[in-house]
Amino acid sequence: MQHNYPLWIIPALPLAGAAINLLFGRFLSRRTVHAVAVLAVAAAFVCAALLIAGPLWAQYHQWVLAGRPEVMQGLYGRAFADPWIHVGSLTIDLAFRMDTLGAVMVLVITFVGLLIHIYSTGYMAEEPRYAAYFGYLNLFTGAMLILVLGNNLPVMFIGWEGVGLCSYLLIGFWFTEEAFAYAGRKAFVVNRIGDFAFLLGICLLFWSVGTLDFWAAGGPDALSLQGDKAIEVYKSTPWLGERMATFAGILLFIGACGKSAQIPLYVWLPDAMAGPTPVSALIHAATMVTAGVYMVARMSFLYAHSTTAMAVVAGVGALTALFAAIMAFAQTDLKRVLAYSTVSQLGFMFVGVGVGAYSAGIFHLVTHAFFKAGLFLGAGSVMHAMSGSGDITRMGGLRKKLTYTHASFAVYCLAIAGIVPFSGFFSKDEILAGAFGAHAAGWIAVYGQILWAILTVAALGTAFYMTRLYFLVFAGESRADAETQAHIHESPGSMTIPLVILAAFTLVLGLFLGLPHLSAVPESLRSLIGQWLDASLVNFDRPSLQGAIHEAHFSDVSLLALMGTALAIGIIGIAAAAALYRRGPSGAVDRFTLGAGAELYRVVKDKFYVDELYDRIIVRPFRAVSQLIFEVIDRFLIDWIIVDGSAFVVDLFGRVARWFQNGQIQRYMVGLVLGGALIFFFATRTQADFDWWQSAPLTVEFDADVGAGPGSDGAVAEFDFDGDGRSDWTGTWKQGEQPLHATWVFGRPGQHEVTMWLTDAVFKKRGEVSKTVTVEAAGQPAAAPAEEQAPVRSGGGGAP
Amino acid sequence: MNQASYLLLATLLLPVIGAVLVMFVPQGERDLARGIGLGVAILTFLVSLAILGPFDRTLDGFQLIFDKEWIPGLGAHFKLGVDGISIWLVLLTTFLTPVVLLSAHEAVTEKVREFVAAMLVLEVAMVGTFLALDLFLFYVFWELMLIPMYLLIGIWGGQRRVYASIKFVLYTMVGSLLMLATIFYVYAKYGGVTGEFTTDLEKLDDLVLPQTAQIWCFAAFALAFAIKVPLFPLHTWLPDAHVEAPTAGSVILAGVLLKFGIYGFLRFAMPLFPYGAAAAAPAMSIIAVAGIVYGALVAFVQDDVKKLVAYSSVSHLGFCMLGLVALTPQAIEGSIFGMLSHGLTTGGLFLAIGVLYERRHTRLMAEFGGVWSRMPVFGALFLICVLGSAGLPGLSGFIGEFLTIIGTFIAGSNTFPQGWPAFIPAPKILAAVAATGVILGAIYLLYMFQKVMFGPLKNERNRDLPDLSWREIAVFTPVVVLIFALGVFPHRFLATTEPAVNRFIGEFKAKLSEPDAAPHLRGQPPPGEKKPAAEPGEGQDQGADQGEGAEGAKAQPPPSAAPPAANPPTLAPPTANPPTLAPPTANPPAAAPGGQP
Repeated sequence: MQHNYPLWIIPALPLAGAAINLLFGRFLSRRTVHAVAVLAVAAAFVCAALLIAGPLWAQYHQWVLAGRPEVMQGLYGRAFADPWIHVGSLTIDLAFRMDTLGAVMVLVITFVGLLIHIYSTGYMAEEPRYAAYFGYLNLFTGAMLILVLGNNLPVMFIGWEGVGLCSYLLIGFWFTEEAFAYAGRKAFVVNRIGDFAFLLGICLLFWSVGTLDFWAAGGPDALSLQGDKAIEVYKSTPWLGERMATFAGILLFIGACGKSAQIPLYVWLPDAMAGPTPVSALIHAATMVTAGVYMVARMSFLYAHSTTAMAVVAGVGALTALFAAIMAFAQTDLKRVLAYSTVSQLGFMFVGVGVGAYSAGIFHLVTHAFFKAGLFLGAGSVMHAMSGSGDITRMGGLRKKLTYTHASFAVYCLAIAGIVPFSGFFSKDEILAGAFGAHAAGWIAVYGQILWAILTVAALGTAFYMTRLYFLVFAGESRADAETQAHIHESPGSMTIPLVILAAFTLVLGLFLGLPHLSAVPESLRSLIGQWLDASLVNFDRPSLQGAIHEAHFSDVSLLALMGTALAIGIIGIAAAAALYRRGPSGAVDRFTLGAGAELYRVVKDKFYVDELYDRIIVRPFRAVSQLIFEVIDRFLIDWIIVDGSAFVVDLFGRVARWFQNGQIQRYMVGLVLGGALIFFFATRTQADFDWWQSAPLTVEFDADVGAGPGSDGAVAEFDFDGDGRSDWTGTWKQGEQPLHATWVFGRPGQHEVTMWLTDAVFKKRGEVSKTVTVEAAGQPAAAPAEEQAPVRSGGGGAP
Repeated sequence: MNQASYLLLATLLLPVIGAVLVMFVPQGERDLARGIGLGVAILTFLVSLAILGPFDRTLDGFQLIFDKEWIPGLGAHFKLGVDGISIWLVLLTTFLTPVVLLSAHEAVTEKVREFVAAMLVLEVAMVGTFLALDLFLFYVFWELMLIPMYLLIGIWGGQRRVYASIKFVLYTMVGSLLMLATIFYVYAKYGGVTGEFTTDLEKLDDLVLPQTAQIWCFAAFALAFAIKVPLFPLHTWLPDAHVEAPTAGSVILAGVLLKFGIYGFLRFAMPLFPYGAAAAAPAMSIIAVAGIVYGALVAFVQDDVKKLVAYSSVSHLGFCMLGLVALTPQAIEGSIFGMLSHGLTTGGLFLAIGVLYERRHTRLMAEFGGVWSRMPVFGALFLICVLGSAGLPGLSGFIGEFLTIIGTFIAGSNTFPQGWPAFIPAPKILAAVAATGVILGAIYLLYMFQKVMFGPLKNERNRDLPDLSWREIAVFTPVVVLIFALGVFPHRFLATTEPAVNRFIGEFKAKLSEPDAAPHLRGQPPPGEKKPAAEPGEGQDQGADQGEGAEGAKAQPPPSAAPPAANPPTLAPPTANPPTLAPPTANPPAAAPGGQP
């Protein structure tokens, strides 16, 4: 039996903070509100740190001593005794598990989250809906912690959608602006598109494996998604000869595309900058958007079984990295540049996890969380100074006035550009190296090199646009108007202290956690984070994975060459941007964007018209089709034609009947007379008909039917048997007699046309009927064969 | 019948007493009428809660059965009982009734006394329909439900209330008449087989009809229930009824009345005629999925908030229907849970619309915008209902949708015994299409929420909207608390339902594997097979002899008919085709001998 660790406390603390602020915030003072919010996150951080430093560390130590077997167990804990959902074979507990991967995520979320909460106390000081803001921020932190701690996909999905909800609420926090509210809704809906695929991925895994737990509470042998039984399923081929893991992996990855803003679902993230800046730092840079990367790493045991799914992850990541970097070139809004930069960096992380360099991807996630949160907070500080404007063409010269902001911003820029020894250098280099050395079975030989080349170009772009941003904001002379200039001031301590702390971490994190695998570095110090994460990630040496993907092992020389290239790329990018933008906006660039490159510039500035394209091919047709369905099918076809139509028909009959039933005796008499006439007419109509059957060879018997009306008494029937048009037989029928009977012997077998005329006794009207009679030469009498020709009466009486 | 079964009777009778009591209140005494109504409704809710005490969660059949002979000549019993499925629906009804009575405090100021009485009578009818274990009793309650609802829409409704109320009644009547005819057919058949003429559901459940007969009977029941659900394309009464009904009527209509369709399938149509259900399942699953998408798309283009929510019901009930025909435990429980959740979230949405309507007397989205800045408390509660309806995990809507989707996804050959195909074609594709409801739900609900609550406060008339009063907060709080509770602690609900659902599936499959033969009891050989050695002294013999005699005189089986084994002489009607919908052809030979003993 496993120890039940109180992991639920970690998300519960921020959630409790959220509950207090959202329910009672309006009755609390501002100090109380932010004290509750900050303390809740701080307490979660402390709880997490205690659990990690205590039991998890001990377990990790055991795991290392045991010779690093496959996957470490981690800490397991259930929130309450009842299962959450338990129907038939589907068992989902509200259970949490913290392994080394989860521990890294929890620490980043609570620590960076704590700094951003503190920063917010200064940044949002003037906000009237203070309690709501902190309530949402706490709610987000809690949801994010549920996401990373959940021990099964549905619990992860609670957090997954929960962070989406908070993102929606916080992007649209200033909802009185229609565009902001729209941005929030767009984020939620685009995320939901991803979640739809994610949900189907969950269904598929449950259908094929029979469980949704990452780790079975019953121990390593019990059924779980990473257990041995599941591996057989991933390799089986349910459809199209492809592996199960491919379908599940790609479906889950589409979910990740939504959450982590990858092509084609990235469009919500730039608009998400409508939210308060600390929100952009926490949700749209450091934590929520990295959930997709975390998910792929969490499901590494699944992705490892499908080269195709891995290639999709890496390919989409690489394209996004490049594409977003290009779009960042031409943006003039401080936060939008950072937003595209985030999209691009997330692409880097996906390449990392997509080529099997999971720890590199997560490492970049960690360093990015620090420097990108710092960049956003720095941007917030700048906008705070610039009276809220984020237009970088109206900035410049802030170096002297915003000392702390400027210094920390410079550190973040160097880190994201990949300059040694800042943390971004180490993490980005690990991804690049991982990509360069990647081989995918069944894919072209230079698969990894292509990914590497794309990323290198993206890295060059990153260095360039970040340096451009830095110079436009801080260098040269101020281009703001006098009014704004007069108000420029450094932010309060609650805002600058987090900036400095983040900068310090940006400086040391790489050196501490991510030293490269060079022989000069003692083995125990190489990539500490990689060693730590190995306890939670798939081991590519295991037999079931032979030949799928393998991690690159480089010599010192090639590793140094790769590092040198990466560094050189960073320096080139910085130098180029410095040459152009050292003193503010570049004349050379302006000449290009107004002249030869005007078209290109506009396309890039307008983000390749992707938003417009989606609007044309998805949003508007969707509305038009909905409208059409409503008007045509619902209103017209169903409601008008069928429902109201049937009511109308009933109504019509009623009206017609009402016209008769008006109480005038004359009208009733007219009806009586007309009706009587009709009955009379039909009753006296002459109906000529006869039945026949063969009684002997060539001999046929005929029964004339004289009808039932008053004219039948004394009616005269005539038969023409030989088809010459003249009567061959005549008879008169009297009331009470047997039917008129005639017998005829035909000259030859075969078909004969027989005609009968009937003249009724009263009106002397003459009716006529003709039938084809089939006569057989010999044999027994045929049973009444002519039924199909009998026009009015059934041939029942004709049967012998 | 033990003591506890009187709890069911009390739940049913308390509102009756309340309704009678309220009618004695003098015309002007509105508050007294409201007070009595609310008090009785709360008391009813507490009594119905007490049912949970003696209710045994481990049993899978009906419990706390209250059985009294009612119409001896007809064999109809006044028989009530609950199982794990109906108990929650009864509680949902008794929970929502006091909520809507409280919510109508300011909305209904005319004919208050009559309004309260109508609501209480409606409660009786609804609770009775859920509790009835006798087909005839069920039918009586089913039809009784129409009268107060008709009055609620027709008297306290909006501008086109007459059109809407007549449409509502006619639609429902069309379906239920065929159902009544079928009830009598089943009644006659059961009497013919056993000699005992009864409308007791538990007994009739044992009757196995020939397959063709099952198809027709199922079709007749399905029409009645599909209109009630409402399944696309039989749904157009719903938007009209909702838009014209007063808030209280809309909440009850969406919250409880629509559930009778699904409940009817689950309790009557599918267990009585499993072969018919199996034959119709592919079509029904496609209709259900079409309804999910269709309802969502149409909801998206509505200008009227109430219409939007009405169409969203079409979409949500599509999920419930899909879950039912997928016939896996997950999907069916998802369907039942979805009904509860829909009752709460959509009920909450209609309450919220009622709040807006009382303040502004319009429901057009264009008239609103930026309301949150005036009514933050309302905004938060409204948002929770919206998110619950959109299926956000942690709130009630998610559990139902998730279970339905996953249950449909895994439906297939592996959930059925060998030889039985999946009931629904391509379950994975159906589940995937149904799951688009997750996206579409977010699209139309958040669109509506943005239009109403967010944006600048453009309209001058919205500038002075007062936030919720304490009474209104008291209306919303229980609903919102339950939305959370169902989302976080669904296990209590699911665990209670599970035995009943497993029994439903088990009996469904068992009955389905019965041979296609003349009407017979489950587990017993059909009469045709033991015809050579007919056992004397069995109750059915009398009927069998009569039937044979009547038949022999009429006609011989035509040569094109089914082989004699499948068309035994006992009670099969004289035509080759087994009985269609017309009871008269089948009734005389069967009913005549039954009347004598």
